[in-house]
Amino acid sequence: MKLDDLAQKTGEWMRGDGPESDIVMSSRIRLARNLAEFPFVRKCTDKDRIAIAAAVRRAIDALPLSSDTEYVDVAKLGDLDRQFLMERQLISHELSETEGARAVILDPQERFSIMVNEEDHLRLQVMQSGLDLSSAWKRMNELDDLLESKLTYAFTKKLGYLTACPTNVGTGLRVSVMLHLPALVATKQIDKVFRAFNKINVAVRGLFGEGSQFMGDLYQVSNQMTLGKSEETLMQRVSEVIPRLIDYERKAREFLINEKRDDLNDGISRALGILKTAKKISSEETMHYLSKVRMGVNLGLIDNVRIPTVNKLFIHTQPAHLQKLCGQKLSVSARNTERANYLQQHLSDSVDPKAN
Amino acid sequence: MKCQHCEKTATFHITELTDPNGPTILHLCEEHARTFFNQDGPPDPASALTNMLAKQLKLEKAADDLAAADKKQCPMCGITFAEFRKGGRLGCPYDYVAFEEDLEPLLVNIHGATSHSGKVPKNLNGSPERQFRLKQLKDEMREAINKEQYEVAGKLRDKIAAIETGQNENGQNENGQSDESNEEKPNDGPPDDDFQSFS
Repeated sequence: MKLDDLAQKTGEWMRGDGPESDIVMSSRIRLARNLAEFPFVRKCTDKDRIAIAAAVRRAIDALPLSSDTEYVDVAKLGDLDRQFLMERQLISHELSETEGARAVILDPQERFSIMVNEEDHLRLQVMQSGLDLSSAWKRMNELDDLLESKLTYAFTKKLGYLTACPTNVGTGLRVSVMLHLPALVATKQIDKVFRAFNKINVAVRGLFGEGSQFMGDLYQVSNQMTLGKSEETLMQRVSEVIPRLIDYERKAREFLINEKRDDLNDGISRALGILKTAKKISSEETMHYLSKVRMGVNLGLIDNVRIPTVNKLFIHTQPAHLQKLCGQKLSVSARNTERANYLQQHLSDSVDPKAN
Repeated sequence: MKCQHCEKTATFHITELTDPNGPTILHLCEEHARTFFNQDGPPDPASALTNMLAKQLKLEKAADDLAAADKKQCPMCGITFAEFRKGGRLGCPYDYVAFEEDLEPLLVNIHGATSHSGKVPKNLNGSPERQFRLKQLKDEMREAINKEQYEVAGKLRDKIAAIETGQNENGQNENGQSDESNEEKPNDGPPDDDFQSFS
């Protein structure tokens, strides 16, 4: 199974390069599309769902995609594999947990994935490291054109691409930028900043935390509207906001360095210390400290730890990844031990924050 | 019992009654419960919008109007407007035609717009009107076959084949060279086109 190969890697969106990558982790675009001749997924019979999956598979097979592109029947996957794909952000919670025929088409480099029979028949997503929405859109548009040459999408001139939920109708476009904002969190400005942004029609939510808990100081900024504006304009609206957020975060980091240097050094040093020496550690605690270490590396306060390593640890210490990597199912307690081992292996050659 | 969001023991068991879809029960540890009580609203934009959508509908429409709208049913997939309002998801693309006037205020609220200006696919055969017309013709053909009216069924089969190959029901090529004329226009259909009675 190729999913095991995938577990060893980190994928495009965690590569840790690209523009502004000290703060912007990744850019992501998704399109919602439906096949004209079927009802939306909630009204589909089992037979419909199977027929949709088959039609998409036929279309994919006829396209000039990489020969390594893999069609994965999600209904046949076990809990661990589904959770693994979710942690990897290649499938959604909804695709993982609902019943019935459903699938995901995976690019081996994880530059795109296509979910089949999620809320809509098709959810195409394209991922890119760093802040680079325009290349993400270019690749997305090409992928959409390719699929459209083989499939008939539900579309009207008035309303555009028709989707199961009216919140996605029109372009079906969701542009998301994932940001690492530890200094705005540390200086308690994050809520204020986001309340201001919500007024200008971009949505902000924490990442990795189910529900209200934002873990690892990772936040996702995305457009709310999908109708009435072109894809380029909608993208523009999100990308206009990002430099301001980056600027706020940089100012907050400067403030911490100039005004709270000892506290900052202490926090980062302790974080690295715990990650390097703990014998058992939960994924929440890991994310919390990795976030501080990531900021420490970016501020030049930690040597010998590279950003790609930190990004990799963010993902590889998630519960399903950890179990895939060690090749067996583990209890919560055993996972906490395994996670501590894994962290030590990868952080052992790093040195303490510069003392000055 | 464990907290829904982490591996600590759940010490708070909360029943949330504000959700329009009915009560939700949450099991949270102390820390997550604190975050829960301090939050301004649901963090997921999609569910927030669905809730907004449900509330907005209630506000915008007088009770009588709402009751009338709720009874409307899509002739293609059978979903009622009430079902959509409850679940926040439509049943098929034709719902956008069947519930057009009821959906419009929602679209204004969500998007501040009622018409698309963005990418247009090259293949414009995916209009819900066209799919609906095909369904009608297929139903009629099935009925004709059941009644052993094979001549009628044969004519219907030709009409279906014509639409499916991009012509109109009378076998004329309706696909001009430009994309503009490619979309189905039910109003331009033949006299027997009873499409309008459904909207």
